[in-house]
Amino acid sequence: MVPLGIIFMYSFGENVSLVEVKTTWTFDNYKRIFEPELMTLLWRTLWISILATAICIVVAFPVALVIATASPSSKAWLLLLIMLPFWTNLLIRTYSLLNILGTRGRLNELLGWIWLRTNDFLTFVGAGDLGLLGAKFVPIKFLGTPGGVVLGIVYVSLPFAILPIYSALERMDTSYLEASMDLGAGQLQTFFRILVPLAMPGILTAFIITFIPALGQFLTPELLGRGQVDMIANVIQRQFKGANDWPFGSALSLMLLYVTFILLALRAFGDAARSKREANL
Amino acid sequence: MSIRINRRQFLTGTAAVGVSFTLPNGVFADAGKVNFYNWDTYIGENTISEFESATGIKVQYDLYADNDELFAKLKGGNPGYDLIIPSGDYIEQMLDADMLLPLDMSKIPNAKNIDPAFMNPSFDPGRKYSLPYMWGTIGIGYRKSAVDGEITSWADMLDSDKYAGRIALMNESKTVLQMALKYMGKSLNDWTDENLAAAEALLIKQKPHVTAFAQDNGQDLLLAGEVDLAMEWNGDILQVMEEDDDIGYVVPKEGGLLWEDAVCIPKGGENFDNAHAMINHLMDGAVGAGIASFINYATPNKAAQALMDKDYLENPAIFPSEESTSASEASVYAGAEWVRKIDESWTRIKAAG
Repeated sequence: MVPLGIIFMYSFGENVSLVEVKTTWTFDNYKRIFEPELMTLLWRTLWISILATAICIVVAFPVALVIATASPSSKAWLLLLIMLPFWTNLLIRTYSLLNILGTRGRLNELLGWIWLRTNDFLTFVGAGDLGLLGAKFVPIKFLGTPGGVVLGIVYVSLPFAILPIYSALERMDTSYLEASMDLGAGQLQTFFRILVPLAMPGILTAFIITFIPALGQFLTPELLGRGQVDMIANVIQRQFKGANDWPFGSALSLMLLYVTFILLALRAFGDAARSKREANL
Repeated sequence: MSIRINRRQFLTGTAAVGVSFTLPNGVFADAGKVNFYNWDTYIGENTISEFESATGIKVQYDLYADNDELFAKLKGGNPGYDLIIPSGDYIEQMLDADMLLPLDMSKIPNAKNIDPAFMNPSFDPGRKYSLPYMWGTIGIGYRKSAVDGEITSWADMLDSDKYAGRIALMNESKTVLQMALKYMGKSLNDWTDENLAAAEALLIKQKPHVTAFAQDNGQDLLLAGEVDLAMEWNGDILQVMEEDDDIGYVVPKEGGLLWEDAVCIPKGGENFDNAHAMINHLMDGAVGAGIASFINYATPNKAAQALMDKDYLENPAIFPSEESTSASEASVYAGAEWVRKIDESWTRIKAAG
């Protein structure tokens, strides 16, 4: 709490010299957040985080379902597979993604190979002259694009999304599903009206646990975004280093903290409303 | 020649994930020690062990990744470092913040080895607080087979779509804007609202053609073939030139940035005399040659140069031609107001597009 207090004091401060910050209770640092370029970056940070979180949850749900319904012995192995990447440093994992996603990276190598084979096949069946796939393989640009950043965030946060959904599904009483099917609901209807609502607390936790760290990402935009897709944390980092503007950096980072608090508060309200509803049933 | 991780790159990564090494206050107050805080991979293989066995002084050696990290570490009070090697404009900034002690030249007889041309820099007139360690340039590293003829101007990198999608700039607000100023024919220290706005507009216009704002890894992108032009420190390009003959380095005709790192003693250290002994050691001819041959930057030490071979002395990436260095300039500390304006401009460039 003490460092947070210091940041709070700094955020109302001014640089009086290169090495000294004085808390003058000015709102200037907060006013600067509303400059158009910072709004642009905040908006970019928000949509990248939301998109990455949404993809995480959509991918995590079936994975969690598979683990939750697996036999106890394979469950342990599957969980281990999910946890395994955590034993590697985040930086190393990000660097390995650089190697995979580059225009001359492994993924484009694979796509190029597939393109070549498909083209050979088309030529073989006599459709080669139609140029269905273009004259030559064009590598997909992942790095330096918002898509690459989203991909990077999904990659590092996916396990965090899987685990809470898994734990919610695991505790679920499967007889609800049987009851739903017995009473004439189809697969889809059972999925959306029984399974998803029952897993909702896990999904909400997964949302918060991936969305909040995504808001503060600076390594992924820097490396996978190649400095082309900066997010708000890159600006914060600069304030504490090159720009030497700790008061403004503090105000910006508290701003992210406030967003986090609002989300957690919404979550708490949601939980309260849910238990009230359940109590009324 | 072996492949080495360069001094800046190595620690940037560690710093980026929030790992850093902090010295607790007063732990190294022993009489027989010196706490040396230096860039990573920026010293000879045996420089320190030779010093230790010659003087009996123990060296506590710590590393930083960039000037900003050094400044941030010392800003809240020196945690006990006796010797640091900041770059010129940061020396000026530290002098402005009263963070450095004057050197006692009577304790550094080897200072006579330094080329007189280096003895009166703008950031430390008359050399009262610093002695030069290494110097170099920022220019363009390029893939010879992929460019049209020779690269001679910043225009190819900053104001043209000829190499669109094959360009890496640095992720350093001040440096990139300064190179834009050079391209526009201005001094890179000529900060006015008008010049800054023009440089910003130029970079925003060029941004779609730029592949990466490289966090100190432009040379790797160049080596990997991801880009064909990279704005970089000469030493970084030099390292990949050793691995790949197809890579060249040029300081464009408009001139680039001349940098110099110099040894300084920060206030708050406790081993003043030992720090001087270390500086004297670093300024020795043979020691300087040992460092220069290991890290391949240009040494301002005449006695060290006399011991170096032709490969080093005649390498244009280490000692650029007279014309390109004469058009180049050293960066001067711009003052707090301009540091902020430059950062705000950079944020606008980053938010654009």
